Amino acid sequence: MTPPGLAAARTSPAGQTASRWRMRLATALMLAPMSAWYFFLLVVPLGILLVFSVGERAPEGGYQAGFTLDNYVNLSTRATAFGNTLWMAAAGTILCILVGYPLAYYLATRAGDKKTVLLILVIVPFWTSFLIRTYAWLTILGNTGIPAFLEAVGFGKTVLLNTPFAVLLGIVYNYLPLMVFPLFVSLERLDKRLLEASKDLGAGRWATFRQVTLPLTLPGLLSGAILVFIPIMGEYLIPALLGGGKVFFVGNALFDMYLQSRNWPFGSAAAIGLILVVLVAVGFYLWFGSRGRVERQVSLL
Amino acid sequence: MDALFRSHAALVYVFLYVPIALVVLFSFTAGERSGELRGLSLRWYGTTLGDQFVIRALGNSLVVAFSTSIIATTFGTIAALALSRAPRAIRTVLDGLTYIAIIIPGIVIGIATLLFFVNIFGWINPWIAYLWSSLGLGGRPLTLGQGLHTVVAAHVVFTMAIVIVLVRTRLAGMDRSLVEASGDLYATPWRTFRQVTLPQLAPAILAGALLAFTFSFDDFVIASFVSGPGQPTLPMYVFASIRRGITPEINAIATLILLVTLTILFIVQLIYRRQARQAETLRAAAERVEANLEDLAAAGGAAVAA
Repeated sequence: MTPPGLAAARTSPAGQTASRWRMRLATALMLAPMSAWYFFLLVVPLGILLVFSVGERAPEGGYQAGFTLDNYVNLSTRATAFGNTLWMAAAGTILCILVGYPLAYYLATRAGDKKTVLLILVIVPFWTSFLIRTYAWLTILGNTGIPAFLEAVGFGKTVLLNTPFAVLLGIVYNYLPLMVFPLFVSLERLDKRLLEASKDLGAGRWATFRQVTLPLTLPGLLSGAILVFIPIMGEYLIPALLGGGKVFFVGNALFDMYLQSRNWPFGSAAAIGLILVVLVAVGFYLWFGSRGRVERQVSLL
Repeated sequence: MDALFRSHAALVYVFLYVPIALVVLFSFTAGERSGELRGLSLRWYGTTLGDQFVIRALGNSLVVAFSTSIIATTFGTIAALALSRAPRAIRTVLDGLTYIAIIIPGIVIGIATLLFFVNIFGWINPWIAYLWSSLGLGGRPLTLGQGLHTVVAAHVVFTMAIVIVLVRTRLAGMDRSLVEASGDLYATPWRTFRQVTLPQLAPAILAGALLAFTFSFDDFVIASFVSGPGQPTLPMYVFASIRRGITPEINAIATLILLVTLTILFIVQLIYRRQARQAETLRAAAERVEANLEDLAAAGGAAVAA
């Protein structure tokens, strides 16, 4: 954009400085609401969280000033929650890839002119309420749903609800669109001539996939994985509804610590722990992504 | 191989849509229990619309989502426009905070903002009370507390970050030459912004506003932490109802929510289509002008040559 008062600025050095200051002031004013919001509702709260995590629980619940690392040491008593969260976030991500990749591949290469409609159909559920999508499975997996059907056809009693299976199902159901979209984008950008070249050079389907398609769509796969993995780590609703207290995540433990047992310092330590785990995941993603880019540059040379 | 891919895709669509379809189907039951269809009726819709708790929760959610969307989109867009001109150090810090706001799990934002509100209100309320009495104002002093406004404040943190990322991405991919051309044609900066920059940013801003609305309307976790007592949002109300026991009323509420979201999506799609068509017309006009100019240039060249 042309700065205001440019005509004046061109004529005199004094005008030039004045206009530069006006420009700076405008920029500062435009950034002020966002900066204030981030400072008061993100930086300060995270700071308080950090302070609380080394404090002590007040007798009546809540927080009492202090300095102790006991809260972090005691996190080991919640190892199940952290373990569940980690392995199910990993398993959920892998399942999303296994279900999503063939679908994205079909949409990008074989769906023809139905492509756009079919892609929109994958995205639409993502825009509908998360709570309702999870609730939908509650009836299906509940006693009157699939288990009743299985019993009627002679499989005996089965329990689906409140098992890791139910939670994983809910995870794949809710997060699949987030995986399919970046995969679709990278598969569509893939230069189809490379696939033909690979075929011409005598590579079979599997060899082509492993050596051409997969490496070239790895960035999309990685973004999909991180898009899915991070929100699953902070998941509360799916384990709460489909895990029924038997399969619980860090999120469920946090709800319990804050709103039920009101042990705020311990909850703060768990929250910091969760942030650290997520940051490690993102760091790994960035490292892996940059390594891939370097390798590709080398291979281009 | 083709058939294999196609049947996999078909299965995924069944997987995606059957649960939602069942929720809608069971909302029309005449029976007492969810998960079975005992005759068709609209009785549960009657119950839902007559339930003042549902209506109040819906009202709360709409107020929160609208406020969040407007604040996040306005401040986010303004900030995105200024960020590219900000000094490098400031930009790095603010960009970092934007990514942190997106990456941090919602539950952590909920907890951290709850702690912030509890502390700030605990600190500020005695001051207000002190000022209140020293100014000689009668009655009970004003006290600040949690409510829908605190939910909005917390929602804006991460929805504004999303708007900023969307608008900045669009700005980066924007055609600078149009802005320069507008300046060359003596348009004022404000007019250039209104007639050139803003229309090009519109899809990103609209998408941001829509995402902010949806995320805010849909959020259960953050609202559970920071909302005031007795002011549940719709997801909070639905969650509590599910915990109390599943009734077809939940299915009716769910169906109504689905209807609202799909209508909004449809309208947005229409707006996009119209914009795409307008952009097409503009491009065609520009091409005509260009062709005319070329003709003129050719004629001029011919004249000079002659």
